[in-house]
Amino acid sequence: MIQGDLSIILPEVVLSVYAMAALIGAVYTSKDKLAPTLTWATAALMAAMAVWTATGDASARTAFGGMFIDDGFARFAKVAILLGGASVLVMSQDYLSRRDALPFEFPLLVALSTVGMMVMVSAGDLIALYMGLELQSLSLYVIASMRRDSVRSTEAGLKYFVLGALSSGLLLFGSSLIYGYAGTTSFAGIVEAAQHGHVSLGLLFGLVLLISGMTFKISAVPFHMWTPDVYEGAPTPVTAFFATAPKVAAMGMIARALFEAFGGMSSDWGQVLALLAFLSMVLGAVAGIGQRDIKRLMAYSSITHMGFALMGLAAGTQFGVQAMLIYMAIYVTMNVGTFAFILSMEKDGEPVTEIDSLNLYAQREPGRALAMLLLLFSLAGVPPLLGFFGKFYVLRAALDAGLVWLAVAGALASVVAAFYYLRIVFYMYFGKETDGAVAGGSPVLWVFLAVAAAINVLGVINLFGVEGAAAFAAGALVQ
Amino acid sequence: METTILFAPLIGALICGFGYKLIGEKAGMWIATGLLFLSCLLSWIVFFGFDGETRQIPVLRFIESGSLATEWAIRLDRLTAIMLIVVTTVSALVHLYSFGYMKDDPQWKEGESYLPRFFAYLSFFTFAMLTLVTSDNLVQMFFGWEGVGLASYLLIGFYYRKPSANAAAIKAFVVNRVGDFGFALGVFALFFLVDSINFSDVFAAAPTIAETQMTFLWGEWNAANVVGVLLFIGAMGKSAQLILHTWLPDAMEGPTPVSALIHAATMVTAGVFLVCRMSPLYEFAPGATAFITVLGASTAFFAATVGLVQTDIKRVIAYSTCSQLGYMFVAAGVGMYSAAMFHLFTHAFFKALLFLGAGSVITAMHHEQDMMNYGGLRKKIPLTFWAMMLGTLAITGVGIPLTHIGFAGFLSKDAIIESAWAGGSGYGFWLLVIAACFTSFYSWRLMFLTFWGEPRGDRHAHDHAHESPMVMLIPLGVLSLGAVFAGMIWYNSFFGHAEDVAEFYGIPVAEAQAEGGHGEAAAHGQGDAAGHGKEAGNDAAHVTFAGKPGEGALYIAPDNHVLEDAHAAPKWVKVSPFIAMLLGLAIAYWFYIVNPEAPKRLAENQRPLYLFLKNKWYFDEIYDAIFVKPTLALGRVLWKRGDGSIVDGFLNGVAMGVVPFFTRLAGRAQSGYIFTYAFWMVMGVAALITWMSISAGAH
Repeated sequence: MIQGDLSIILPEVVLSVYAMAALIGAVYTSKDKLAPTLTWATAALMAAMAVWTATGDASARTAFGGMFIDDGFARFAKVAILLGGASVLVMSQDYLSRRDALPFEFPLLVALSTVGMMVMVSAGDLIALYMGLELQSLSLYVIASMRRDSVRSTEAGLKYFVLGALSSGLLLFGSSLIYGYAGTTSFAGIVEAAQHGHVSLGLLFGLVLLISGMTFKISAVPFHMWTPDVYEGAPTPVTAFFATAPKVAAMGMIARALFEAFGGMSSDWGQVLALLAFLSMVLGAVAGIGQRDIKRLMAYSSITHMGFALMGLAAGTQFGVQAMLIYMAIYVTMNVGTFAFILSMEKDGEPVTEIDSLNLYAQREPGRALAMLLLLFSLAGVPPLLGFFGKFYVLRAALDAGLVWLAVAGALASVVAAFYYLRIVFYMYFGKETDGAVAGGSPVLWVFLAVAAAINVLGVINLFGVEGAAAFAAGALVQ
Repeated sequence: METTILFAPLIGALICGFGYKLIGEKAGMWIATGLLFLSCLLSWIVFFGFDGETRQIPVLRFIESGSLATEWAIRLDRLTAIMLIVVTTVSALVHLYSFGYMKDDPQWKEGESYLPRFFAYLSFFTFAMLTLVTSDNLVQMFFGWEGVGLASYLLIGFYYRKPSANAAAIKAFVVNRVGDFGFALGVFALFFLVDSINFSDVFAAAPTIAETQMTFLWGEWNAANVVGVLLFIGAMGKSAQLILHTWLPDAMEGPTPVSALIHAATMVTAGVFLVCRMSPLYEFAPGATAFITVLGASTAFFAATVGLVQTDIKRVIAYSTCSQLGYMFVAAGVGMYSAAMFHLFTHAFFKALLFLGAGSVITAMHHEQDMMNYGGLRKKIPLTFWAMMLGTLAITGVGIPLTHIGFAGFLSKDAIIESAWAGGSGYGFWLLVIAACFTSFYSWRLMFLTFWGEPRGDRHAHDHAHESPMVMLIPLGVLSLGAVFAGMIWYNSFFGHAEDVAEFYGIPVAEAQAEGGHGEAAAHGQGDAAGHGKEAGNDAAHVTFAGKPGEGALYIAPDNHVLEDAHAAPKWVKVSPFIAMLLGLAIAYWFYIVNPEAPKRLAENQRPLYLFLKNKWYFDEIYDAIFVKPTLALGRVLWKRGDGSIVDGFLNGVAMGVVPFFTRLAGRAQSGYIFTYAFWMVMGVAALITWMSISAGAH
């Protein structure tokens, strides 16, 4: 019995065992000198796990009495998480090493948080969900304040920790209410108790608190406040990580919990998600305009993007889930490329993040400027780039579900948000004459930037098959 | 062979227009011209070898959509064959002429390359015009129709540094758009009625269309009349008929060879061709043809009056063209399509001759176009003088009355005037006769002012006046031949006995059995018509047109006796245009040779009338007041108020006022303190729970 269960969670087990073994190994050997090797090894292992997960058995299996679900949906999310995480690790290594800021714990904490994320998207029980969430969060708290000598980094870690604890509290409170009124913590059990129209107020409160706790992780408004500060304060590679894998994991977790445990109440949580989506899109767009720091800007950008992804979920349909998955896959691709660009921005060897420093960047680095231009257009959702198709899918899902007002608001928000993306393009191509940022860092960053830009252009042909995979994944989640 | 005729000019245009940098200017121009001469030669072969049988030569599949299935095909019948020789001959000669005329054009700077562009446009125009005349369906025709419009636009505005040329080009394009709208509506209506746009299907369905009523705008109309009028609106635009004529005089801003080719000989006759091509339909649309007759006659009269007082040599000829087109429409309107084609055919020769001759005068006088600065040029440029003289004799209609001997215009114009009388249109007949008098007056006035009298204007220009080079004189010579002989040679085919005309156009004939038993009239195919004609010999009048719509190049309904009636017209009718011509000549001689002060005095005595004519009946001013000014005013309102104040104002207000306000608000909320953040989170949860409790309580 236990053997069968273990075989199902084998990728998670492998990654955990690796992380623990490497931790002990590094402590007893050369410590930080081993860090670059460990970073590459972790990235390689995560990529291998992604390939394994992607090519493995396609059937849905459960382990540990339904606590852990391994289905198409989980596998889609896991592949996105693992690839996103591995990309960030590869991009970070040179950046951190050159500044002598790469502790050997960094790749291992990333690995452990990845394990947490994999559990989050596979959770079939509130307990498993919480366990995955905390494993992920604790690792992230630590790496956010990784640069202990930097006030901003420690501040970012602290803020994230305190507010994260608050959100965990909300989530636990919600879970206990749900347990109290449904009598079980397993999703399969809750779904029988939670039917629309026959639900006690206590269960409804539990659902709202659960949603609040979970949407904190995707920085949906009004639980978004931590995001700009943490994005700005944390070391850039950590920000890049924050912006990619954890978002996918949290989005997957929300989708799983709502559809598996509260599938009968989709009209209730649909309203809540629609409201959160609306607020996120609008606030992310409006508040982003005032930003002068590109990392802070990316924080607001991610808030807007999460609003769009939530719009897909708010539709409460299988197509909505598919749209959300496509959106997240495209979002991760765009963000990996963008952060590759941000990591390469430097002036006199020091990293810079002011948008002003990009003045006339195109004259200094025409190739990178062009790639970044494509990514920014894609982020803004300009056709025919990939970002447009992401928005197109979620808008269609919203329209099909009758959420016309939300779709209209989303379209308007994307117009406003286009301003801050295009302003960067303006600076790069038509800005004033100043001594601004130049491209630094390893060629790896240039490769990631170029590949991400190329994907955003070429992906329009068939989305690289992601559409079909997302449809399969959505089908696994929503029967 | 037909395909070669059609595509040789296109190939020439492409090679000359895009390849001249590769092969050199001269080579490109010679290739374009050579290909046109090839096209011209083949056209004459086709014309003489044509046996009267309508043929369709498919080129490619064109449009297939739903029940609409059309091929790109060449429809070869007599109408097409006539147009082929007209278009390719004039075009080839104009190409040749342009070598001389366009050389060292003062509009361009030293070393600028403009000749290949000019030749490419000319060749492209020819291709589009050939597409129009060879079309087998209405959409193909529309393609050619728009193609010639485009070429006309490009060539009128060829001197694009001249604001007046650009304005004229735009005017031509816009006015034609009005006509094209009618044409397009006509095509839609036909497709709606017949479910096909192929000529064969449309012609076959003509009797059915005539019995159909259709709703258009505010009322129920006879479908044939509606379609007829709509198509004629297209023809009005292209052929510069009254109401839509204003663009033609302005089009003289283009280089003179263009005026000769496009705005005299070919494109402007496309409307006449369209009406003749659709003769099976018009024979069933009495309302539409009455409208055509009245409008054509009015145009002929109007343009002739305006031509009386113009002083720009090209404008005089332009109004003359407008007027002559009116003649053609009258002929088509009364059902004598053959006479319309006859005049189209002869007019192409003598009008192109007049224009090219005028071009030669203009070159001689260093690009001076005002006739008031000419005078006494007879001796300086004798060859041009004689060519112009022949053209004038042709257009005014000089010949021996009551015989078939005379210049081209004599035969074709008299044919039209007799047809108008026979067609029962008194209005048309009298206006045309008066217009003939005016035609004679302004044509001779042009000749007298230019070639007789004392030199006026710039002495220097007169001293240096010189005969044009050979490349310009050869086309004049060839066209002179046409102006002199075209009428006499083809009179019988176009306007002779019914059997000759029937044979020419391939129309089946029937023997009129004494008192016209139409029912038992045995229809004969074209094949035995010739043999039959010989047998019948002197009995030719007993042959009448027969056949169904769509058989033969023209359709002439059994009850259409205009041809016989015209031949049987009284002598005074037949002589009247000749007398009108003599009258015009006499007045012109008196005014400009005997007593040169007379016109000035007359203009002063009759000042309002003079100004009315000089200002072209104030059409441009009226249009300016009715259409142009209000449109500009509306545009300005929409631009300043609508777009500027409302749209821009709203967007700027949102983008620079509302959004930044909320941005500042959001920035203030982002205080940086954890307790603020936590506060917002808790507030959010509280709000959500409250909202859910209230909405859940509603269940």
